[in-house]
Amino acid sequence: MTPALSITATAILAVATKVDIAVFAACVVIVLCGAIGVVVSRNPVHAALFLVLTLFGMAVLFVAQEAHFLAAVQVIVYAGAIVVLFLFVIMLLGVDREENVMAEPLRGQRPLAFLLGAIALAEIFLLAQGTQWATGATQVAGPAGGPGSNVEKLARVIFTRYLLAFEVTSVLLVIAVVGAVVLARRYETTATESPAAAQVEEPQSPRSEAPLSAAPPPAAPDESHPDESHPDESQPAGEPDAAPSGAR
Amino acid sequence: MYLNQFLFLAAFLFCVGVYGVLARKNAVLVLMSIELILNAVNINLVAFGLFRESVAGQVFALFVIAVAAAEVGVGLAIVILIYRNRHSIDLTEVDMMKG
Repeated sequence: MTPALSITATAILAVATKVDIAVFAACVVIVLCGAIGVVVSRNPVHAALFLVLTLFGMAVLFVAQEAHFLAAVQVIVYAGAIVVLFLFVIMLLGVDREENVMAEPLRGQRPLAFLLGAIALAEIFLLAQGTQWATGATQVAGPAGGPGSNVEKLARVIFTRYLLAFEVTSVLLVIAVVGAVVLARRYETTATESPAAAQVEEPQSPRSEAPLSAAPPPAAPDESHPDESHPDESQPAGEPDAAPSGAR
Repeated sequence: MYLNQFLFLAAFLFCVGVYGVLARKNAVLVLMSIELILNAVNINLVAFGLFRESVAGQVFALFVIAVAAAEVGVGLAIVILIYRNRHSIDLTEVDMMKG
């Protein structure tokens, strides 16, 4: 009984790990293809779409690591908000034309960047091979940190232990919003103050005078209406149209 | 599922992002590469959180996402400002503070 049960348990576990590894491999392919697409694609719009691919692959990886809330946040905030912001700026600036890759202003910038990235990667792999850290299997017994759903545990930790960091994050977001608005707003009032003020004040002066005196405004439209109708309709029939308006 | 799988993936993603930051001259694409780097950090945080059976890694990844959102907002505002002043977002042309 017990050996058979243990055998079936190990078989189920093996199938589960195989599925996990398959999901991980597929996500690795998606994430890395998207990442390489971001850095090598010439069109910025294509780069943004590759970034969406990368973020979706990472959301699946988060689900595989039992971080369900984080996967949802990844899709909503990153793929839904940040990439849309990128696309907005790309379209707004009209820089969605293809970047001229051949014209390198800095000589050898691209090979040097590739070399630096490869050196960093080689260093990390070398360090990981040399020591025995970071080779443990993740736990398969259940989700991290006791009973309850992922969102529940995350909320409990955020609103107790990391409450100060959470509040500071909200302050940071407010500062970022204010900073973005201040940076991106057009200072037309300060740059061209005197012409704008003059343009604003000139139309306002007749309008401001009109409500003050009650009698002239009804008189002024009556005088202005025939004046406006004359140039509009004087060519086909000027006098017949002017006569009814005068009769009224 | 081993921890080092995720660490290697994050390392590769980080290096791809570093290459993008160093090699691209479009400011928007540089910001996208920074997003790749931050995502690599997120993978590491979540993987270590799962490894230590703690939910703190996910909390920090959440904070990283919030900081990334703020960074993208301010960064893209700066990009718009640069484009308005120079009619270009080529980062190699932004050399006003060059000595």
